[in-house]
Amino acid sequence: MAVPILKQGPYLIATIQSALTDSDLVQLRDALVGKVGSYRSRGVIVDVTALDVLDSFASRTLRDLAHMIRLRGAETVIVGIQPEVAFTMVRLGLTLEGVATALDLEEGLFYLNEKLSSSQQSTQ
Amino acid sequence: MSEVKTSRSQMASPQASSETTGSLLRELVPHLRQNRTQLRQEWARRITEAQLLTAMSADEIFTEATAVYDQYVEAVETGTFEALQAYARNLSERIIPRGVETHEVIGIVLLLRDVLARSLFAKYQDDFAKLNRILDAYEPAANRIANTVAVGFVQERERIIREQQEAIRELSTPVLQVRERLLILPIIGVIDPQRARQLTEQLLRGIRTNRAKVVVIDITGVAAMDSQIANHLVQTVEASRLLGATVIVTGLSPEIAQTLVNIGVDLGKMNTVGDLQGGIEGAERLLGYKVVPIGEQTPNA
Repeated sequence: MAVPILKQGPYLIATIQSALTDSDLVQLRDALVGKVGSYRSRGVIVDVTALDVLDSFASRTLRDLAHMIRLRGAETVIVGIQPEVAFTMVRLGLTLEGVATALDLEEGLFYLNEKLSSSQQSTQ
Repeated sequence: MSEVKTSRSQMASPQASSETTGSLLRELVPHLRQNRTQLRQEWARRITEAQLLTAMSADEIFTEATAVYDQYVEAVETGTFEALQAYARNLSERIIPRGVETHEVIGIVLLLRDVLARSLFAKYQDDFAKLNRILDAYEPAANRIANTVAVGFVQERERIIREQQEAIRELSTPVLQVRERLLILPIIGVIDPQRARQLTEQLLRGIRTNRAKVVVIDITGVAAMDSQIANHLVQTVEASRLLGATVIVTGLSPEIAQTLVNIGVDLGKMNTVGDLQGGIEGAERLLGYKVVPIGEQTPNA
């Protein structure tokens, strides 16, 4: 199942709505990394609220996605990880190192706005 | 040839006895009833001598001994153990809070078994074959009684322990909101794996419902933790980060600091501050609060 990617101002928002296969995840990763360039986006939000499991492949793909997008000049936030999912991930040693996380979409947008304004301030 | 014969005669002897176990036991009961006073006095004396039930007075021991004795005789007579079981449970309920130990309870029932067996020896010492049969019948019943009482006591103890665990769990740690988006989790006492799991669950749920950005976990009240629990703490910190909250751990004792260093915790992930005050101040800074005494407000504000 393809994940819709919405453009919202300088950000891209991808909301995962149901469990994804490994190839869906890879497809999502490639689509986001590509669109960051074509839309000149400054940030990406991946919303995983609907997922009740995040296995090692999904975690690694999300981490790779965030790092690739960083290299393409944008920030990524993973939002909406459920408490049970979070603890299961940590127990399996999947801690999404170096990837920003936020409670929900609103927090994710807030985080990106802060990031964006601080980077603009520093360039001024 | 002679071997076969002896084995046959050994096998034959129980069959030869026309008395069944039940009738032998019924023969015992009047003896136990007749000598009730003397036997239970003997028993109480032996208990005191062996320094069992030191938490109880001599009078109390005698009263309980009488009750147990009567139940014991009844169990031998009827072959049913329900009444004895109920009594054992009831007795345990009364004596456990007074600090009576398992070995004492087992000790007293074994003493009673011994006292009664000795009185049987005395009664049937002239008729050795009869004594043997009587003991054959008495032994299993007595063992079963001893078993019932001991198991009743241990079960009662386990029930009390379970209840206490339940109570501790209910007292367990609250997740409190100090300010908008700032939670504190004060942990006091010993953390076992189950409590640790519960704490984590409560905290993660609290982060979600209060939309917390910063959490201060205060472990001033935890004297020590093993590496398993320390690992769990680190995992909780990481899981909170996945929910978008920053965790500050405060009040680490030297021992806990040592444990954390021993398990090789990544200090980049773990935000620690000396005490709760410092932790809350740090959290306020992260949230952009600044606490200013009223007198120091700037005039143009």
